[in-house]
Amino acid sequence: MLNSTTSHHTERQALRVNPAKTCQPIGAMYAALGIHNCLPHSHGSQGCCAYHRSHLTRHFKEPVMATTSSFTEGASVFGGLANMTQALTNIFSIYQPDVVAVHTTCLSEVIGDDLPMMFKKFREDGKLPPGKHLIHANTPSFQGSHITGFANMTTAMVRYLCEKSGEVCDRFNLLPGYLDPADMREVKRLAAGIGARFVMFPDTSDVLDGPQTGRFQMYPQGGATVEEIRSAGDGFATLALGFWASEPAAKELEHKCEVPYELVELPIGLGATDAFVDAVRRLAATEVPGEIERERGQLIDLMSDMSQYLHEKRVAVFGDPDHVIPLVRFLVELGMRPVHVVTGTPGKAFETNVRQLLGPAGAAAKVRAGEDLLSLHQWIKAEPVDLLIGNTYGKYIARAEDNLPFVRFGFPILDRVAHRLFPTVGYRGAMRLVAGITDALLDKKDRECPEEFFELVQ
Amino acid sequence: MTSESYRFTPDPDRVREEMLKPYPAKTRKKREKQIVLNDPDSPPAIGANARTIPGIITQRGCTYAGCRGVVIGPIYDIVHITHGPVGCGYYSWLTRRNLARPAPGQTNFMQYCMSTDMQEDEIIFGGEKKLAAAVREAYALFQPKAISIYATCPIGLIGDDIHAVARQASEELGINVFAFSCEGYKGVSQSAGHHIANNGVFKHIVGRDDTPADGRFRVNILGEYNIGGDAFEIEELFARCGITLTATLSGNVSYDQIARCHTADLNAVMCHRSINYMAEMMETKYGIPWIKVNFIGAGSTAKSLRKIAQYFGDKALSDRVEMVIAQEMQKLKATVDEVKPRCEGRLAALFVGGSRAHHYQDLFQELGMRVVGAGYEFAHRDDYEGRAVLPTIKVDADSRNIEELEVEPDPVRFKARRSPEQLEALKAGGFTFSDYEGMMRQMDKQALVIDDISHHEMDKLIELYRPDVVCCGIKEKYVVEKMGVPCKQLHSYDYGGPYAVFTGAANFYREIDRMVNTRVWKMILPPWQKHPELGARPVFSPKPRKTRETAAAAADGKGRPARSRSARLEAIEPTGEPTC
Ligand code: SF4
Ligand code: SF4
Repeated sequence: MLNSTTSHHTERQALRVNPAKTCQPIGAMYAALGIHNCLPHSHGSQGCCAYHRSHLTRHFKEPVMATTSSFTEGASVFGGLANMTQALTNIFSIYQPDVVAVHTTCLSEVIGDDLPMMFKKFREDGKLPPGKHLIHANTPSFQGSHITGFANMTTAMVRYLCEKSGEVCDRFNLLPGYLDPADMREVKRLAAGIGARFVMFPDTSDVLDGPQTGRFQMYPQGGATVEEIRSAGDGFATLALGFWASEPAAKELEHKCEVPYELVELPIGLGATDAFVDAVRRLAATEVPGEIERERGQLIDLMSDMSQYLHEKRVAVFGDPDHVIPLVRFLVELGMRPVHVVTGTPGKAFETNVRQLLGPAGAAAKVRAGEDLLSLHQWIKAEPVDLLIGNTYGKYIARAEDNLPFVRFGFPILDRVAHRLFPTVGYRGAMRLVAGITDALLDKKDRECPEEFFELVQ
Repeated sequence: MTSESYRFTPDPDRVREEMLKPYPAKTRKKREKQIVLNDPDSPPAIGANARTIPGIITQRGCTYAGCRGVVIGPIYDIVHITHGPVGCGYYSWLTRRNLARPAPGQTNFMQYCMSTDMQEDEIIFGGEKKLAAAVREAYALFQPKAISIYATCPIGLIGDDIHAVARQASEELGINVFAFSCEGYKGVSQSAGHHIANNGVFKHIVGRDDTPADGRFRVNILGEYNIGGDAFEIEELFARCGITLTATLSGNVSYDQIARCHTADLNAVMCHRSINYMAEMMETKYGIPWIKVNFIGAGSTAKSLRKIAQYFGDKALSDRVEMVIAQEMQKLKATVDEVKPRCEGRLAALFVGGSRAHHYQDLFQELGMRVVGAGYEFAHRDDYEGRAVLPTIKVDADSRNIEELEVEPDPVRFKARRSPEQLEALKAGGFTFSDYEGMMRQMDKQALVIDDISHHEMDKLIELYRPDVVCCGIKEKYVVEKMGVPCKQLHSYDYGGPYAVFTGAANFYREIDRMVNTRVWKMILPPWQKHPELGARPVFSPKPRKTRETAAAAADGKGRPARSRSARLEAIEPTGEPTC
């Protein structure tokens, strides 16, 4: 397994090996699925769209519907106007969405296709059916990562759809960030439990975690409606979760509709969930109900019960920046020692943030943004860890390193199912994480320890 | 005969009309040509290898996917570098299930995804320098035998000369470095990528090592990518028959094996679509004839083995092949006998790839199932109608884009593998070289044949036929299953397999049996939806008091079994009549 990887780490200038990120459009496609009755459209060659749909499908095990402009050589030379017009005509007559959310690919970016101009022409030619919306985001993959793409499409929702009517309503806006549907649902449950009134977008719960009913729905019941997104312009504030995925849209909303925003981390682990719950409480001007405090108490109880198995354990973590930062915070809260922390998405803020969380004790830790899994693996080989946390691709490292305990976390998870249904955010999600981590550590011990140390009770 | 063995199926003309109904005129005109009703005796002309219509939800991928993903990616001991932004390389990383068993100590480079991860500056100022540096870094890290470079869409546009970079790197590093201009937009589907890959492998790898494999009956399998271990099964079967496998292009295969594959005496082609170019070029240059084989399905496997034995014309080989076939058929019989009665008469539809939608029909036929519709994602007319139509296929602008190599007989290495007399004798015995009869000849009259099926067409097909199983790919999988119909992925095999040869056939029979008979599809409706009537509420009726004697009798097991409250509730028939 990965047997050309050695403990010798060299800085590479040009070659990316085993990336810890992917490209913008997949994130844009995912965000667009969080609008009700919306069809994501990929403007470029069809391969990108096929790849993005396939990968999202592998992660969610759900239908992921999207269309493409299917560029061939001609469009690549003369531009994609004809393809776009034909695509939109087909989409509105065959699939009848309320919104078509277009994102670019590297190809249409390099060509320099002007999407607003194309939309304008489509509209002026009378081809846009009444009441339908076109929105777009530029998502060049030679910048940022899939997280950037998600942020760009969320920002496009604000840019195209949010409006300020002048009447501020008693609701705030919630931007959930690049979360799984189960996590989005949990975020809503917590906020609603606190008694908040809010509009959340994008919202992929009930879109990508649908039930089996024997009926396929092109547009499942979930997703934020155009009306809801529009009304975000009248919200009294925005609560944005995650600097990378949500802040750009929050800023845009502030700029466009004068809605001030507050930024918190994704509610992963104790401290970050506390901050989220507290922010919602303040915005909703209410009190945190006993039920949620009880959940918090259960988490603390679990943390203290399991502390002996976690204390000072060395951990390697990789994933998306908005996820990894609160996760590192949580690992520190659990008394664990994150020693290698990697995200593929570029951004210096990541390193500063994680270093702060690690404090002086973590001065020797490797913390890197814009890094890949080959480097992470080399570091692990040179300075071994007790636990690896990251997306499915981590399983190759885990196996190469003598079945290193491995907890799947983040995007994508291609080989297990729990993430589809059970959240990792909020206090309950944190409990699931603790259970996952202790299971991984104890399973290894149970499989490998000498028989005399094999224990019935732990 | 089971009650399932006769199934009402709708009028296919009507189904076709329903499929075409919502299309705007221009779209309809194109799709009309790609949806036809079959006639096995005289296959109708079908539109294929045509541009995908923008805005139609298609199954297709791109040229890069066909080149790097399908044909070359599975060569496990060379380093594959995707030149472009990170995504294209990322998605083609370990997603195709090309299994490999490298020799001990060798690295399986498929576990590594390598990309130049192009950034904005490099897109603006050109990426050749970065590519050259990436190749050097890859060599320093891995010291591979060869490095292969793939261009993605933006690279073609910014005009990086990847071939020049490869040539320079070859000289500098002293290893074989070669490149593929397989930008996604180059063709109408993955198919263009296959062609580009065939050209490159032929130019840069085949023929570099003249050492023949040991063994008398040397064969290459072309167009077998070892999804789920299919190639492992074929290798083992060949070994048992005494057939020497020189190389499989390109499943479980090393660079060295491909470098000497021109020393084989026969090319056996599995996936005609993806690799017929290679078969033709090797025949011209080295004199190796090719035949079409199919190792999917027990009957086809037997037929293919016999054909190979017949080609070599060796009695001992034929006897051994017959013995193996007899043994395997015997072993398989128990599975068929068990499974077939549960599957017979069920309906299947297959829309996938460029050969599997045909090959897998054999397995369904062996189970007594009926194929009501089939089609390819990226095949050409010859894969539907047979190679006989090749001279009549118009070469359009998109296909003209792809280089046709000028191949000539190799002055040293060309060797006719069979004498003219042998060839005559074989042909007289009904043996066909260089032929593929296509999918349609095997399908029922009036079955629907649909090229590049769209989501909407699939939706209608399922609604109107209600097939018992549909075969397609990952993007369609859960769409189909949400309709309550099981879907078998035939790209990835749903992470199962192998399905090739006799052993694989048994796996597939069991898998289809599981899929069409699994209980879960019958559990979709909750009981209250099946019987929404309100039932009677339980009514209290005084019962005689338990005496000591009756209680003791119950404990002895002689008395009336005690019924739980819920059991009593269940016993109440819903009457729809409220009692109060
Ligand atoms: S070209 Fe760009 S958008 Fe398309 S898959 Fe590659 S990186 Fe992603
Ligand atoms: S950019 Fe081109 S090569 Fe890459 S996935 Fe998209 S269509 Fe294929």
